[in-house]
Amino acid sequence: MSIFGFQFRPRKAATAQTAKERLQILLAHERIDTKAQDILPLLQRDILEVIRRHMQIDGDAVDIRMERDDERSSLEINIELPDARGGPARLQR
Amino acid sequence: MSKIIVVTSGKGGVGKTTTSAAISAGLAKRGQKTVVIDFDVGLRNLDLIMGCERRVVFDFINVIQGDAKLKQALIKDKRLENLAVLPTSQTRDKDALTREGVEKVLNELREEFDYIICDSPAGIEKGAQLAMYFADEAIVVTNPEVSSVRDSDRVLGLLNSRTRRAEQAGMEPVKAHALLTRYDTARVARGEMLTVEDVLEILAIPLLGIIPESPAVLRASNVGTPIVLDEPSKAGTAYEEAVARLMGEQVELRIATNERPGLFQRLFKRSA
Repeated sequence: MSIFGFQFRPRKAATAQTAKERLQILLAHERIDTKAQDILPLLQRDILEVIRRHMQIDGDAVDIRMERDDERSSLEINIELPDARGGPARLQR
Repeated sequence: MSKIIVVTSGKGGVGKTTTSAAISAGLAKRGQKTVVIDFDVGLRNLDLIMGCERRVVFDFINVIQGDAKLKQALIKDKRLENLAVLPTSQTRDKDALTREGVEKVLNELREEFDYIICDSPAGIEKGAQLAMYFADEAIVVTNPEVSSVRDSDRVLGLLNSRTRRAEQAGMEPVKAHALLTRYDTARVARGEMLTVEDVLEILAIPLLGIIPESPAVLRASNVGTPIVLDEPSKAGTAYEEAVARLMGEQVELRIATNERPGLFQRLFKRSA
């Protein structure tokens, strides 16, 4: 509401809506299956195992990142592969 | 030499996580390499206050149990390059924490960071005791309210007896600072609330700062921004001054008035 140029309500965006959306996204993920959060270490171990069947890689060479969104979640796995010349090469998927 | 600082209180809901987020962001803003660790296993919340809840993959417990490397679990802040968050597990309980595990992770963090901020859970059980065990300094968050002051006193007793510094001969005791939060000058003036002097007289430890009651704190938590990185506010400034004192600077103590504007201010100023 604005009378004579004075504003009676705070002009800042309502942050409560942001809070609600953040919670909804977070809780939707947490409620599905609390155990699902614990699969990542297992997933990492399995991926390493599969790759090790074919080549030598270091346990430190795997980097897993997750980005959760309201519409989708993405899992980014970076694996440093040993280069033929010794330097690390990078495989991204 | 890196410093381990525990943010603790005994009582819940006094502002430990808000303080951990604000102090760690404030230190990082001043160029200090800082990591903030959530010790509240099973009730993860620091990630929400720091705004990185969607980026948690591995956590403190995964690192302790050897399921992930520390660098995989550390979440780099997107706003400040010197700042990292180590989230806790939402699915385990405090029994997953071990003194040896915590020590190993802290030692590894010491190699990279100047400040390690440990956000303690409420209470005085295992989680809270492990959060304080390796601390060099403590920030005891206290509300000017009887139960909070009593619990702070109890926590000060634990800092002086159940920490590595207390147990090992020849070590200086944990340096404890009081941080008064939710301080309402109007209510203090009306004699409805304990004054700073009252609280300090009872606790008998140096004061790190006084954070005024402020709507900016809720606003910042709504959007997942540590208060010192959000829009300027008296609470944010008070935290920045506390950070300066924590780093050893002499900053004069000012008691900020509340940020709840009166009718007159609301009519003639547009900011809330």
